[in-house]
Amino acid sequence: MPALIGVAFVVVPLLALLARTDWPQLGTHLSSPVVGQSLRLSALTTGVTMVLVWLLGTPLAWLLARSDHPLTAWARAVITVPLVLPPVVGGVALLMAWGRRGVVGGPLEAWFGITVPFTTVAVVMAELFVALPFYVVSVEGAMRGLDRRVDQVAATLGAGPVRTFVHVVVPLVLPGIAAGSALAWARALGEFGATITFAGSFPGRTQTAPLGVYAALEQDPDAALALSVVMLAVSVVVLGALRSRWLR
Amino acid sequence: MSGLRADLRVDRGEVVVEARIDAPPGVTALLGPNGSGKTTLLLALAGLLRAERAIVEVDGRTWAGDGVDLTPERRSVGLVLADPVLFGHLSLLDNVAFGPRSRGVPRRAARDRAREELERVGLGDLLRRRPAQVSSGQAQRAALARALATDPDLLLLDEPLSALDPQTRSRTRADLATRLRDYPGVTLLTTHDPLDALTLADRLLFLEAGRITQTGTPAEVVARPRTAYVASLVGLNLLTGTLVHEDGWSVALGGDSQRPAGHLVLAEAPQGAAAGEQVWASVNPAAVALFSERPQTSARNLWLLRVESVTVTGQRARVHLTGDVDLVAEVTLGAVAALDVQRGRELWAAVKATEIHAYPA
Repeated sequence: MPALIGVAFVVVPLLALLARTDWPQLGTHLSSPVVGQSLRLSALTTGVTMVLVWLLGTPLAWLLARSDHPLTAWARAVITVPLVLPPVVGGVALLMAWGRRGVVGGPLEAWFGITVPFTTVAVVMAELFVALPFYVVSVEGAMRGLDRRVDQVAATLGAGPVRTFVHVVVPLVLPGIAAGSALAWARALGEFGATITFAGSFPGRTQTAPLGVYAALEQDPDAALALSVVMLAVSVVVLGALRSRWLR
Repeated sequence: MSGLRADLRVDRGEVVVEARIDAPPGVTALLGPNGSGKTTLLLALAGLLRAERAIVEVDGRTWAGDGVDLTPERRSVGLVLADPVLFGHLSLLDNVAFGPRSRGVPRRAARDRAREELERVGLGDLLRRRPAQVSSGQAQRAALARALATDPDLLLLDEPLSALDPQTRSRTRADLATRLRDYPGVTLLTTHDPLDALTLADRLLFLEAGRITQTGTPAEVVARPRTAYVASLVGLNLLTGTLVHEDGWSVALGGDSQRPAGHLVLAEAPQGAAAGEQVWASVNPAAVALFSERPQTSARNLWLLRVESVTVTGQRARVHLTGDVDLVAEVTLGAVAALDVQRGRELWAAVKATEIHAYPA
């Protein structure tokens, strides 16, 4: 019985979302400016975020997986903090670092005239902040599972650390990388708290799909519902991909 | 100077390996019980383990020592482990081509070389297969081909046959022997199987608790084992004691006060040893005769011993005896039945003086 209640608790809201959606007019709602704009912005920012996640996260995961240095344990702990941190706090922290009076943002504006907060760049930074740990944790797990003798043999064959990483390690942990990417991307797509705090909600510039839903809920509920359904569909596709044989 | 010259000290916690090795081109087998540090030694030679002290010279080139410490990828070394550890995402051909490619050989040439190496180990028709699609023996031969495709000056084989089932093992052993005959460099092969060592190696090197305890050709080692481990590996009894010369030569057994010393009568003076010196005495188990009652025998060495265990191989049984001396006797199965051999039974063991081979420690 408690199990049934649990399932119902999750399923009922999802069904309600689908039931209240104005299906015949879905196309019209989706073509409303707020929907198109926010979806495009989400696609762009999460795309850029994922490229950064791969470029920064994959070598970082490898370092954490193989380093015996005492600082590694600390680095691992620090990188996982955003996993448990309330996103709003992450946004505040980003603001303190990159804001106009921030530790880094202050000098950046004073010397170069560059302002980070409330720009599309800030959206990407907020998404990266919350998504990177998901990716690193899951890829590091896959890399730790990789037999150490694989890199030892590669080294005796004349492959330096970079060649071993690119041609042996990455191909062998590709399933882990795919799973980590899906998780990180879903997290970036859903990012709300850190984004609204650090980047605000300016249509076309910083209003991503989740912010769009929130903003539209009052003025244009049908558009908000349509946007929600799109995000639900995307989540289900990601989940399906995660559960598929290739990713397991 | 060709060959390998190494002086290493590696502290691995459970074992401290401290060894000096001189190995000429050809196959040198490194034998030792589990945990004696064989793998540690190989990994240190490859530069894969941090050593407290490492001097490694191969064919006159310094890999380590004198302020030099080359990374593994800059040492000309080939490594084959008990498991093939092939790269699962690459075909056998690309696995073998990986080494030459890493060393800057163009793609076409690297693949040609890989094909040639795979053909030499009999895998010419499995080039496109993935490692998961070949048998364990084939995978291990591919691993050997991969290690040799870079023309290493030093080839390290760490228990290369130990993970294979018995049948595959003997086939792969034969293939390995064939391939190694054509390899001009230094091969260091670790094993704890005397058969591997005797069929593959020109020289034997024994490592016990991190120290080299004996070196020599198989014939030398079989003739004069110097530790209990070496003797048991080559199937001999090994006793030690002080040489005594009193109306004939004998060995006063048991250096330790724990066990009351017995006397081992020798037929003649051992070469190179004087009275009062420590000597080894080896006894072939087949030369130990067993009796249920005190025999009327011309054998000069006679002990009443207790049976500890019996192991059977083929038509013969090895009876492990303990008492004033520890001996292994090899007898027929018929004798086991006739003597009612079982654990705890007391038997008389006799060895002729002429069957005892004594030599300086």
